[in-house]
Amino acid sequence: MTEQTISRRRVLGGVALGAGAALGATLPLRPAFAATTIVGFIYVGPHDDFGYNQAHAQGAAAVKKMASVKVLEEENVPEDVAVTKTMESMIEQDAASLLFPTSFGYFNPYILREAPKFPKVRFEHCGGLWTPKDPKNIGSYFGYIFEAQHVNGIVAGFTSKSGKLGFVAAKPIPQVLQNINAFTLGARLINPKATTRVIFTGDWSMPVKEAEAANSLIDQGVDVVTMHVDSPKVVVQTAAKRGASVCGYHCSQAALAPEAYLTGAEWNWTDLYPKFVTMWMKGEPLPNFYRGGFKEGLIKQSPYGPRVSEAARKKADAVKAALTAGKYVIFKGPIHDNTGKIVVASGQELIQSNATDAKLEEMNFLVNGVLGALPS
Amino acid sequence: MVDETASTLIRPPPAGHGDAAAIASNAAAVVAAPGPRPRRGFAAGGTAIEAVLVPAGALILSLLLFGVFVACAGVNPLAVYRYMVEGSVGSWFSVQNTLTRAAPLLLTGLCTALPAQAGLMIIGNEGAFVMGGLAAAMAGVALHGAPAPLALAAMTLAGTAAGAVWIAFAGGLRHWRGVNETISSLLLNYIAIAILNQLVEGPFRDPRSLNKPSSPSIGYDHMIDSIPGTEIHWGLVVGIVVCIAAYVLIRHTTIGFATRIAGGNLRAARMVGLPIGWLVMLTCALGGAAAGLAGMIELAAVQERASADLVTGYGYTGILVAFLARQNPLAIIPVAMLLGGIGASGGLLQRHLGLPDAATVVLQGIIFVMILASDAVYGRLPWFKRADAAA
Repeated sequence: MTEQTISRRRVLGGVALGAGAALGATLPLRPAFAATTIVGFIYVGPHDDFGYNQAHAQGAAAVKKMASVKVLEEENVPEDVAVTKTMESMIEQDAASLLFPTSFGYFNPYILREAPKFPKVRFEHCGGLWTPKDPKNIGSYFGYIFEAQHVNGIVAGFTSKSGKLGFVAAKPIPQVLQNINAFTLGARLINPKATTRVIFTGDWSMPVKEAEAANSLIDQGVDVVTMHVDSPKVVVQTAAKRGASVCGYHCSQAALAPEAYLTGAEWNWTDLYPKFVTMWMKGEPLPNFYRGGFKEGLIKQSPYGPRVSEAARKKADAVKAALTAGKYVIFKGPIHDNTGKIVVASGQELIQSNATDAKLEEMNFLVNGVLGALPS
Repeated sequence: MVDETASTLIRPPPAGHGDAAAIASNAAAVVAAPGPRPRRGFAAGGTAIEAVLVPAGALILSLLLFGVFVACAGVNPLAVYRYMVEGSVGSWFSVQNTLTRAAPLLLTGLCTALPAQAGLMIIGNEGAFVMGGLAAAMAGVALHGAPAPLALAAMTLAGTAAGAVWIAFAGGLRHWRGVNETISSLLLNYIAIAILNQLVEGPFRDPRSLNKPSSPSIGYDHMIDSIPGTEIHWGLVVGIVVCIAAYVLIRHTTIGFATRIAGGNLRAARMVGLPIGWLVMLTCALGGAAAGLAGMIELAAVQERASADLVTGYGYTGILVAFLARQNPLAIIPVAMLLGGIGASGGLLQRHLGLPDAATVVLQGIIFVMILASDAVYGRLPWFKRADAAA
């Protein structure tokens, strides 16, 4: 090496040091969060996806309005070691005491492994997966959102002229099947000949396939479409463009299609999250397991759009009122599946309550009226 | 890099073996043929200082450009730099966060960098990663009751073998059928993900995984531990060792030398009688094995059961790592740590400055373009020329 190069290197080093010092001096130190409660929200996708993550972000926005609370948000955190590091970083670097890791897949093994490491931190997970053998500083909540899909179905049954409804679904898992079945049962209350054609896209976020599915359904004569995918945006926009009507999911997509949007099944995190945060700040015990529907305030219905008739509004409101009063069971025998087999016996009721019904949780059939098949 | 296209690869050996005139004319053709662009820095000459300072300069320029970008978004660039330092190396926690994120990238980077030595452009890293994780899960579940060392050995073998076969398939298609390996390895990613989903939602599903289809667990006692005194799993050490081994293989063995000849000038390699097909298959298999090993470690150190979550994106980031490292296995180590650090600090940028997650992707993109563009200045900076002459 020549002397010249070494001296240049020294100069560069000096410049870097100086820049570092200047950097440190110009910025204020991190503010102390002594009196405030710090709450962290973690999303698996973008916080503005018009779907699952936006519903949670709306809940976080409601928490932000509370006094003495600071909200931290991180989006696009995958279900692997990244969520572990995000949780630890929120706790260790930002002193968060209450976390809402909102994706279903964060629970096992990530939250289950973190909770024992930080016994003073509370983990509130969306999914309803807690069992008594799991750490006590974890809470897991979930809503029977298929109640709202049932109301969607009633509105769809009134609105559809062809009697052909469409459902764009991600995976044939129990939560999705509950929605498809509840929607179809709702529609057939109004129009016993109504059918729901279902297309599974295979994964939670497949925008191109979702658009193809919506187009294909409408090509087959479907005039009301609904869905269960992470971001309903594409399906809503495609349906509206093709002149079909649409029932939303996760949060309201009315802004994307003000004319075509009939109503929608929404999470009510804007109510639940401030409630949980208040309980946490007061030192009240939070539930480890919390399930419910309209009655418990976990879900809500989007306001009706302009295409919804007076009769439809009346019937839908009546069913919603009965659900809110806890006097309405959707899966009430006898129910046949779409191969003619009886799946819920006469007199049997799959009740949506905090005491979960095993048959409801493990749902593995499509009711009569659904056009489509499950992989065997 | 793949200047010699598939057509030359599948061309039969020069006609008239043993015919002196033919050989002479072929040799003349080789000499006359415009060879691939000479590779500077790592492969050819260039001083060590140049090889460090040029990418470092590109990096600093990238950070300045990123500062302009965030300033346009209304965020103070100085605050951004400060949180980036704090989030990536500012504390022991941050350092561990960075290294944990770097660990899989060390191995997935090799999946592009090793075949590149033989002149192949493989981008099937994600597929090899997924197949490695899936095969390891199958071995792990099958050996659930076996002693831990046996189970881990079987999982390692299954993971590396699956990754090796996956990428060697793309290499074989290229060598014997003339199929473009970039396209085929990219498409193999989708096939791997489809196989994973089909299996964990079907025959390989744990029936208790109701709403998140997953395989059965490999068992908590069979999982890879952390390095003592840290929260970083052993995958980091494995990755560094494999990168060094790959460097030695490429730079200091006859096989590596032969591979680089094949990658540099295919016709010359053919003329001197190198076993091209064998070298292509070997580098592809080794690259695939590295990505498969990364998948196995992801499963055995982090995820515990196979599910759609095995599609982590580490494979795709590995392509970026290999290019930033200019296909040098040794340079993959600092580059993987750099990208790990960017990932680790991304959270702080989101939480404290309200920058979207996409900001870190923008930074990665700027760095990628700057490093590639900096290739053009090698050998053209007057200082280094003089240093070169003096040395």
